[in-house]
Amino acid sequence: MTATDHPPKLGPQRGAARRGDAAADKAPALSARGVSKTYASGLVALEGIDLDIQRGEIFALLGPNGAGKTTLINIVCGLVNKSSGTVRAAGHDIVAEYRAARSLIGLVPQELTTDAFETVLATVNYSRGLFGLPKNRAHIEKVLRDLALWDRRGSRLRSLSGGMKRRVMIAKALSHEPSILFLDEPTAGVDVELRRDMWQLVRRLRESGVTIILTTHYIEEAEEMADRVGVISKGRLVVVDEKTELMRKLGRKQLSVQLETPITAIPRVLEGHGLELGEGGRSVHYVYEAAQDSHSIDSLLRDLGAAGLRVRDIETRQSTLEEIFVSLVKEET
Amino acid sequence: MNVYAIRAIYAFEMARAFRSFGQSLISPVLSTSLYFVVFGAAIGGRIDEVEGVSYGAFIVPGLIMMMVLTQSVSNGSFGIYFPRFMGTIYELLSAPVSYVEAVIGYVGAAATKSIIIGVIILATAGLFVPLEIAHPLWMVAFLVLASVTFSLLGFIVGIWAESFEQLGFIPTLVVMPLAFLGGTFYSVDMLPGAWQTVVLFNPVVYLVSGFRWSFYGVADVSLGASLGVIGLFLAVALALVWWIFRTGYRLKA
Ligand SMILES: Nc1ncnc2c1ncn2[C@@H]1O[C@H](COP(=O)(O)OP(=O)(O)OP(=O)(O)O)[C@@H](O)[C@H]1O
Ligand SMILES: [Mg+2]
Repeated sequence: MTATDHPPKLGPQRGAARRGDAAADKAPALSARGVSKTYASGLVALEGIDLDIQRGEIFALLGPNGAGKTTLINIVCGLVNKSSGTVRAAGHDIVAEYRAARSLIGLVPQELTTDAFETVLATVNYSRGLFGLPKNRAHIEKVLRDLALWDRRGSRLRSLSGGMKRRVMIAKALSHEPSILFLDEPTAGVDVELRRDMWQLVRRLRESGVTIILTTHYIEEAEEMADRVGVISKGRLVVVDEKTELMRKLGRKQLSVQLETPITAIPRVLEGHGLELGEGGRSVHYVYEAAQDSHSIDSLLRDLGAAGLRVRDIETRQSTLEEIFVSLVKEET
Repeated sequence: MNVYAIRAIYAFEMARAFRSFGQSLISPVLSTSLYFVVFGAAIGGRIDEVEGVSYGAFIVPGLIMMMVLTQSVSNGSFGIYFPRFMGTIYELLSAPVSYVEAVIGYVGAAATKSIIIGVIILATAGLFVPLEIAHPLWMVAFLVLASVTFSLLGFIVGIWAESFEQLGFIPTLVVMPLAFLGGTFYSVDMLPGAWQTVVLFNPVVYLVSGFRWSFYGVADVSLGASLGVIGLFLAVALALVWWIFRTGYRLKA
């Protein structure tokens, strides 16, 4: 056994500092290089994933069903063996230094799996022990209170609703004070109110310095929560960027012009602009790259006047992450 | 060593066992009592002493061993199969726990249960026949060794099994016959010539022989042979578990 084989006893965040390991302190929260996975069935679930996730950020992995999001998370957390590549968590290789790496990581898996016959408190205490930490009533109480589970601490898990079970799984993952938290579709099957609570919890965690990596099918969730977004499709990372940057670069804007008097066809003068007629001729729509300069709008407006069309109202709309996502994934196929 | 993890697994498993402890005791105690009624009283009355021990007393160590072995395999296999089946195994796999620690926790708990059951069967047997234990320390040592070794075997079965059918397969098709043919009801030299050699390939023979020796000072094989075979069995089982965790066999995709 190597020196790193011992789990840090002081809590994960202090693990690297305790060893005076400066490199590990500066390393990204997560760093994947050339990670590929081919399942025994021959299915290639991941291909050459390169990804760095910085400390303290909220990173959203976005992708359609079967894209490989869970596979990637499971590789990092030790549930799936990768076929090639390396992964480091805060500088610790997840295979060679699995103890140091795993001590830092909390996982809330996609599937709801709980020990039906255990009580909430027992199962959360169990998780903390499993991660090599002594009992800490105060911390466990705080986690359970944060997740509105404290009043149900004595309940057997089978008597809880699905949303409560999911919160129990989050409590288990937080029981050992991880500095990196994986949430694999945390809000699947969770009602709107609870989803808001969950988002708040995630923000609070981030404020306390926890790096959060989540997958989701709800694009508004990534839009609302994430600092950066990685789009994954068919086992490949198609794009990784700041959420706002992604929306700026890849996003399109739509300019809608409401007309005073309806028209039946786009006037000849305006043909070069690629306009579309809407609302039975009451409006025209113009789609343009968000990043592009504003000359085209300027000339469009001038041409509208030249065509004798009187403008009643103008509205612009930015494309959502969802639209970007759909177009990216379509491009791939 | 992640001692907290070992403690957590062990306590978790024991708590699970104690929730249904009454049930898990009824079956072995009842079947042991039935064996005594049938073999000890009904048939044993017509059998002379075996190696200077009354037949009823002669079968006690073997009966305990038989129950301990089957209980160990089923406890050991269920303990790890259940989280696999439920999916809760994800937590163990994602935790900073080495295979040694996982094995100590799971197998330790399974073996503890078997030992408790063994002691209770011993007490039950005391109600039917007068017992004497010549080498109490050796008796305990054999009980512990048998429980640990077969709980470990159970652990392997629990990882290998992919359905509840397979989970029951090894205990009924392998362990039960081996235990029955393990010299519980007879001494090896009561068998016809060739069989005396064949049964020596049955590891349970060595366990029962050693265990019976700790009671009555009579054995089918030497104490050294008993310990050697159990030790070998234990080493093979440990090597298998090491390989399982190394490769992630049936645990990781
Ligand atoms: N254990 C396994 N054996 C074989 N193939 C698998 C296994 N697990 C996943 N796969 C396959 O790998 C691919 C990626 O699956 P994965 O679960 O990573 O997708 P995902 O992006 O998480 O999808 P979802 O959004 O539906 O959760 C899928 O085609 C899936 O069928
Ligand atoms: Mg998934």
